[in-house]
Amino acid sequence: MSLPNAPDAGGRFTQRDRAWHPPAYTPGYKTSVLRSPRCALLSIDQGPGERSGPVFARSMLHPLDNDLTLNYASALGLEGSAIGERIIVHGRVLDEMGRPVPNTLIEVWQANAGGRYRHKKDTYLAPLDPAFGGCGRVVTDEAGRYFFRTIKPGPYPWPNHGSDWRPAHIHFSIFGEAFVQRLVSQLYFEGDPLIALCPIVNTIADPRAVNQLVAKLDMGEMLAFDCLAYRFDIVLRGRQQTFFES
Amino acid sequence: MPVEYLKETPSQTAGPYVHIGTLPGQAGLAIRADEALHIIAAEGERIVIEGLVLDGSGTPVRDAMVELWQADAQGRVGVHGLWGRAGADATTGEFRFETVRPGALSWPDGRKQAQHVSLLIFARGINIHLHTRLYFPDDEAALAADPVLGRIEQAVRRKTLIAEKTGPGRYRLVLRLQGEDETVFFDA
Ligand SMILES: [Fe+2]
Repeated sequence: MSLPNAPDAGGRFTQRDRAWHPPAYTPGYKTSVLRSPRCALLSIDQGPGERSGPVFARSMLHPLDNDLTLNYASALGLEGSAIGERIIVHGRVLDEMGRPVPNTLIEVWQANAGGRYRHKKDTYLAPLDPAFGGCGRVVTDEAGRYFFRTIKPGPYPWPNHGSDWRPAHIHFSIFGEAFVQRLVSQLYFEGDPLIALCPIVNTIADPRAVNQLVAKLDMGEMLAFDCLAYRFDIVLRGRQQTFFES
Repeated sequence: MPVEYLKETPSQTAGPYVHIGTLPGQAGLAIRADEALHIIAAEGERIVIEGLVLDGSGTPVRDAMVELWQADAQGRVGVHGLWGRAGADATTGEFRFETVRPGALSWPDGRKQAQHVSLLIFARGINIHLHTRLYFPDDEAALAADPVLGRIEQAVRRKTLIAEKTGPGRYRLVLRLQGEDETVFFDA
C-alpha cells in the first residue's frame, strides 16, 4: 500500500542549493540574529513523508480568492474595489527540470497601496483601505499556470538600521507536490530602486538569485483600460527519476 | 558542460504578517474567519500536540506559523497524509494541533521509522523555513531504532525532537531556534 518507493511517494528530489538561498544568520537583517540556528542542518534522506505532501483541491477556492481588488470588500458584504495601481500577476510554476507543477496552491499576502498591512501589529501612519484585506490564493492549472489580480503594494518603512524601507513586494507561499518542495518567499517589481537597498533582499548573496524574485512588466498581458500585468515564474525543486531504486 | 537545470526560486522570510496570508481568520481578517487548520479531522486516536518556538534569548516567537505533515493512523502518506497549520498565540507564542496519532512509516532502506510528525517553522527573521520532527516518547524501542534519530551524531541532541507526554494523548515540545538545547533541524 504505502511502500517507501511506491508510486505515491515517487522519486527523490534534488538537493536544495543552500548557497542560493539566504543563510539563516544574516546580521544585516537584525531579527535573524536570535532566530538563526547555530548548529549545521542535519542532512537526511527523503522518505515517503518527505516525497509527498498535502494536496489542495481547486474546489475549496472561493471565486474571488485570486482577486485581491475585490475579495475583502466582498467578504464584508460591501461594494467597491481596493485603491491603487491595478495589476495582474501571472506566471508558471516549474520544477528545476523545467516540468510544470500543476494543481499546487499558492497563497499571497501584501500591504495596501500605501504600504500598510491590515494587521494589529502594523502601526505605520499610511491609512488602511476599507476595501483591501491583502490576502489571496490560487491553484495552478494543468500546465502549472496561475494568475491573480491585486493592487501594487506600496513600499513601507521598518525598524532595522533606523528606518529601512522595504521595496514593494508580495509575499507568497507555495506547496508543490511534496513536503521538500515547500517554499515561502517574496516577489518584487522590475525597476524598483529600493530592491538594491533592502537588507532582507540582501540576505541573498547571488544577484542572479535576487533577479529570480523580480516580476517583469508584461505589456503583452495587460488588460486594456483595466490593469497592467507582471510576469513571475516560480521554480521548485525537481523530482529525480527512479532509475535504480529498489 | 554539465547539464543545466533551472535554479530553485530563493526563499525570503515569511515576515511579521505571515498570518494574513496563511491564517487570515487568526489575523483578524473577515476572510475564512471560521477556518481551523490546526484541527485535523481523520480516523484514529485523537491526540493534542502543543508547543512553543523560542529564540536564542529564550523569548517566545509570537509571530511564528507552524505547519504539520504526518502519516495517517494507518501509516500512510501521499493522498492519505495529514496536514495542518497553526499560528503562535500573539501573547504567549503557544501553538496547538489537534490530530490523530500517526502510524509508522518505512524508510528508503527498508527500516521502520518511529511514529512522528514533521514540522516546518516560518517567522520573521527566519530566512528559509526550518524543518524538524516531533517524536512520541511512548515507544523507546522504536525511538532507538529510528533511522533519522540515528543520524544525529550527538546523542544528547536527539532529545530535542522527543515530545514530553503531559497527559493521556497529550504531548508538548519546545522548539529552540538557537542556544543550549538547540532543536535539530533537517536538510532533506
Ligand atoms: Fe512585507
